[in-house]
Amino acid sequence: MRVAKDLVAASATPIVLGILAEGESYGYAILKRIHELSGGELDWTEGLLYPLLHRLERLGYVESSWQAVTGERRRKYYSITGAGRAELAEQRRQWETVVDTLKGIWLGPGGEQRIGIPPAHLA
Amino acid sequence: MATKGPDELEAQFEQWRGYVRRRRELAATDVEELEDHLRGSVAELTGLGLRPDEAFLVAVKRMGSLDELSREFAREHSERLWKQLVLSGGADTSAVARSRQDILVMLICATGAALSVKVPELFGQHIVSGPDETAAFYARNFALFGLPWLAAFLAWRRRARPAVIGALVGLFVAGAVAANVYRLADDSQSVVLTAVHLPIALWVVVGLAYVADEWRTSRRRMDFVRFSGEWFIYLVLMGLGGGVLMAFTVAIFNAIGIDQGDFVGGWLLPCGFMAAVVVAGWLVEVKQGVIENIAPVLTRLFTPLFAAVMLAFLVALLWTNHALDRNMLIIFNLLLVVVLGLLLYAISARDPLAPPGLFDRLQFGLVVSALLIDARVLVEITGRIGEWGTTPNRAAALGENLVLLVNLAWSAWLLLGLLRRRAPFVRLEHWQTAYLPVYALWATVVVVVFPPVFAYA
Repeated sequence: MRVAKDLVAASATPIVLGILAEGESYGYAILKRIHELSGGELDWTEGLLYPLLHRLERLGYVESSWQAVTGERRRKYYSITGAGRAELAEQRRQWETVVDTLKGIWLGPGGEQRIGIPPAHLA
Repeated sequence: MATKGPDELEAQFEQWRGYVRRRRELAATDVEELEDHLRGSVAELTGLGLRPDEAFLVAVKRMGSLDELSREFAREHSERLWKQLVLSGGADTSAVARSRQDILVMLICATGAALSVKVPELFGQHIVSGPDETAAFYARNFALFGLPWLAAFLAWRRRARPAVIGALVGLFVAGAVAANVYRLADDSQSVVLTAVHLPIALWVVVGLAYVADEWRTSRRRMDFVRFSGEWFIYLVLMGLGGGVLMAFTVAIFNAIGIDQGDFVGGWLLPCGFMAAVVVAGWLVEVKQGVIENIAPVLTRLFTPLFAAVMLAFLVALLWTNHALDRNMLIIFNLLLVVVLGLLLYAISARDPLAPPGLFDRLQFGLVVSALLIDARVLVEITGRIGEWGTTPNRAAALGENLVLLVNLAWSAWLLLGLLRRRAPFVRLEHWQTAYLPVYALWATVVVVVFPPVFAYA
């Protein structure tokens, strides 16, 4: 099962900010981490990640710095800022509301499952 | 194979970089970041046992189509699609140093032009509230304040040889002498004629500064034609901005009871205009290639419209057979100038190798109808001049008409050849560029020869 494009796009910002909250990182590593965390079900492309990182940087949620890696090459590292953490907390609050609402609907008042979704995904 | 692998991989990365850099949406740092990503991907795949070249192919494939990637970047960085005029900063240091020097020299030349227009005031020629004599002085000389500075800027940019610089100085001095040597009455026709024709002659001198050493080549002359069109458009645009500035200056100072009329008329307008002459030239030079040229676009837009109007006029002229006003020759001269301009800018933007198309036919129609109208006008007016005698104005107007008529008649012939695939397009281009000195020559004749011939009338 693949997650729909709209949903991937909507969850992109909190996911990236959440990963950067763990510590500074760079594009390829962020993408790998997302892949790992979602078990390969979130279909992220470079075309989604890099423009998003640039937008978050423009908005002041992340900061970037070029750091030397092997030889003459350098790599662009991103780290979360204070404003980024605040935004992440806000997004998390909103997502929890959405998830709680969905849980309420799907699990019903009696706790009986009305729609066949594996409970693991809702936990 | 093992030793060849890394080199081959680097070559592939090199190729990929070259390919991706052509995308305007992707900045150099984006390409670097994406390359780092690609390298991460390749390293992971080779770790899984793939050969480097295979890993590279798979990694590139995973990145997805470049079109899609660019589109996503463009959504975030839409400003990159609007090419900006970079005044300073940027990656290429030598180019930046060059453009800084350009700006510095441009500022010197623009300031020089702005100040030169005020120099005559030191000798009592006040622009504001001066007598007729002053007005006539500025009318005769106004081209001499801005154009030498524009030529100086261009000569500096071209690193012109001393011989070219000498020729430029000589020609501008000759222009200054020609404008002031005759004792013309302030209300004489010759003053007006000099005011109109000296700028034309001096513009061709600016052209010499533009083409510098390559003044014989048709291509460079055509570049100057393009330059002229774009320069004019920038000047008009700056004029619009300047008009707004002046209107506000007067209005807001009036609101607090201070009259700024003299400052605007005596400083802002003349100095601003002369500086704009240089700044427009600089803009065309640095903006070359940054934006599409606008003159050919306007040409494409207006050629069909002008052709339609001229055909309608031709029909009306033959239908009504109305008598023409003898003083209207100047209007028909201007019409020919517009037609010639449309022709020239269409030529300047046309692919020389393209086969004749609908637009060439339209243009042929435009030129032929202009010629027919003008022939009709000319017959009537020469008759009347014979009747009423010549004045400097009539002689100049008649001469211009002939100069333009010859150009357009031969252009029509060459266009016909092009449409019938008998003559290559390049002949039309060569004809136009070879004809450029004729305008200068005629303008010089009007400025230098006319006053004595017509007894300084």
